[in-house]
Amino acid sequence: METPPPLLRFDGVTCRFGEVTAVGGVSCDIAAGSFVALVGASGSGKSTLLKTVNTLVTPSAGRVLFGGEAVTALPPARLRRRVGYVFQGIGLFPHFSVAENIAIGPRLAGEKLPPERIAELLALVELDPAYARRMPDALSGGQRQRVGVARALAGGPELLIMDEPFGALDPLTRDALGRKVRELHETLGLTTVMVTHDMAEALLLADRVLVMDRGALVADETPHALLAGAGGAVAQRLASVPREQAERLAALEGLGEGPR
Amino acid sequence: MREIWDILPGLGDKLAAHVVLSASAIGLAMLIALPLAVWASRSPVIARLSLSLASLVQTIPALALLALFFPLLLSLRSVFGEGLPTLGFLPALMALTLYALLPILRNAVTAQANLDPGVLEAADGVGMTRWQKLALVEAPLSAPFIMAGIRTASVWTIGAATLATTIGQPSLGDPIFAGLQTQNWALVVAGCLVSAGLALVADWLLWWVERGIDERKRWKWAAALMAVVAGVTGALASQAEGKDRDTIIIAAKQFSEQYILAQLIGQRLEAAGYRVEYRDGLGSAVVHSAVASSSIDISVDYTGTIWTNYLKRTDNPGREAMYRTIRDWEMRENGVRVLGRLGFENAYAFAMRQDRAAALGVTSLADLTAKAPRLTIGGDPEFFERPEWIAVRDAYGLGFGRSRNFAPTFMYNALQSGEADVISAYTSDGRIAADKLVVLEDPEGALPSYDAMLMLSPRIAGDKGVIAALQPLIGAISVEAMREANLAVDREDAQKQTPKQAAEELARKAGL
Ligand SMILES: Nc1ncnc2c1ncn2[C@@H]1O[C@H](COP(=O)(O)OP(=O)(O)O)[C@@H](O)[C@H]1O
Ligand SMILES: [Mg+2]
Repeated sequence: METPPPLLRFDGVTCRFGEVTAVGGVSCDIAAGSFVALVGASGSGKSTLLKTVNTLVTPSAGRVLFGGEAVTALPPARLRRRVGYVFQGIGLFPHFSVAENIAIGPRLAGEKLPPERIAELLALVELDPAYARRMPDALSGGQRQRVGVARALAGGPELLIMDEPFGALDPLTRDALGRKVRELHETLGLTTVMVTHDMAEALLLADRVLVMDRGALVADETPHALLAGAGGAVAQRLASVPREQAERLAALEGLGEGPR
Repeated sequence: MREIWDILPGLGDKLAAHVVLSASAIGLAMLIALPLAVWASRSPVIARLSLSLASLVQTIPALALLALFFPLLLSLRSVFGEGLPTLGFLPALMALTLYALLPILRNAVTAQANLDPGVLEAADGVGMTRWQKLALVEAPLSAPFIMAGIRTASVWTIGAATLATTIGQPSLGDPIFAGLQTQNWALVVAGCLVSAGLALVADWLLWWVERGIDERKRWKWAAALMAVVAGVTGALASQAEGKDRDTIIIAAKQFSEQYILAQLIGQRLEAAGYRVEYRDGLGSAVVHSAVASSSIDISVDYTGTIWTNYLKRTDNPGREAMYRTIRDWEMRENGVRVLGRLGFENAYAFAMRQDRAAALGVTSLADLTAKAPRLTIGGDPEFFERPEWIAVRDAYGLGFGRSRNFAPTFMYNALQSGEADVISAYTSDGRIAADKLVVLEDPEGALPSYDAMLMLSPRIAGDKGVIAALQPLIGAISVEAMREANLAVDREDAQKQTPKQAAEELARKAGL
């Protein structure tokens, strides 16, 4: 049986900013249809690696292939339509309405999104179509990030990249939105790369977890394997946090009201 | 109060000129500051450099900045030719533009620097090019702050534009300077009211634009912007008509005598069928070059002024020889025709209160030598720089305890109140007689003569009609008649006259 060619391939990607080497020679393939979480401590180079995909950062060495083509060879506008990007800071344009925010990508490509399509995109992220005319400052944090996801999906992308998309949200919203994105990933047949510093989130949502440490890829495991102890010291230190939390919670449950 | 209301309708022309000047300066400042701010947002070096330069400009007093453009433009004539205007609109525009730069630039740069980095990253992330990012994100998000900067600049510029009067650009400064000079307070108040009113209206309209942009209410900012455009267009239209150069422009420096003589000349020319315009309140230093360059057609200047300032002479060949030398020099060097002398002198002199002079036993400058260290001398702002003062100081060895600067009109008040013991006075000044002052003798002949001369610019130097209309003024005005006219304008009681009335009376007394 032949494996399908990867949708995304990092090939010896290195990014230097002056003295700092943010990413040092990362190579890995991401298969079409997979949901990959990229985990690591803050400053380990996750965002930088992610940004090489839509050429917001150009590698100092190595290359990134998207569908077999070097991303730097693709016209940026075309590339960024095929790659939906959800930001950590959400990054809605405060002077655009929700509808205008969602339609910005196609608009830059010279295409006007009809209201039905906006309503459809809002429905995908479970927002009422009436929100289309609202301004971002009239939305809650969770609603804003839903719009952020809708905006990333507006161009009909093949690949969805997300940089700590739920970092600023409260736990309930965060959980709901995580599930929603996973569901969209399935129904729309997307390939998704999600950066997060939260190992629990990575383990629960992804099919595959990549761990970065000081610019290098140090583990590439399934959630199951990681929980079973694979991936090495750095990965295990990260995985130990949710595991221990789960054990303590289970212990609390077993004790009923607790020791006091 | 009634007087002020009577003056206001007559200020329409000045208001229009003021609006056109201020709006042009702000418009030009925006054209420079906004692209500069965009550049600055991409280069910290440019940001620092442009902001420090703009701040530096702000530390120069507006009056000095305006005056500095005159010599600058004069020297640029070697590049751009003699047609380059050195007075009036162009230098005023340049100085005010520089002045308006800082608030616009500072707000634009600050606004750019304070943009949410997340939003900027999103702009890149959705695939915007540099220009799309600027047009769709950076500019609209910075606009309210930039508008606030433009508002500040407008208020400053409208205020500073009143100073354009001193370099021959009509503005609302005309009534203010004229009023200050002739102690016509109604005129001063009227000028200030209109200029403050204009500043308030501009500020209010631009505030609406700012609010409109901020609240994203198109009708709001569009309506306010339209009102601004309508105002400027109206002012421009009213300025455009009757701008042909048939008009003869008459200069007046910043003292009463000059206002009166300008009126006297103007009245005669109007009677002869000429259209005239007045440039009142010009800085003394610019008048001579303005006439030489035909920016202005007629001025009254004084032999001693030309002798020291333009011929750079320090000797004193006597009254007649000095006049003839100047007359020939003006024609030869500048093409300026000195039509003749009006008949009186406005020379520098030193005056004291009678009682004070008697108490100190002073009648001549020579008597002051020993007393000076305990006395205060008052002079107009340029006096202590002038060679006349230096000549007198050296001739009599005068070392005063203190020297103070006063505007010419206030010097006499300072003498009365005892804030000065001796003042530099002018022989034609009406207040010498009115205040019963003692004019100190000059036994050494250190002070040169100051015959008032009628100067015609090269443009009208050969105009027979003008010469015929003005010839009767030559030798017609005695120093007593001039003193009386000056006093009539400077006094503050019921007999106070406007320069126009005083000029009519002077013409009658001189039998013209
Ligand atoms: N544009 C840049 N200029 C200089 N240094 C950068 C830049 N972007 C990232 N870095 C540095 O690269 C390293 C990795 O950053 P980043 O990829 O943002 O890490 P993470 O997303 O894992 O927190 C950090 O040390 C960061 O300071
Ligand atoms: Mg990051």
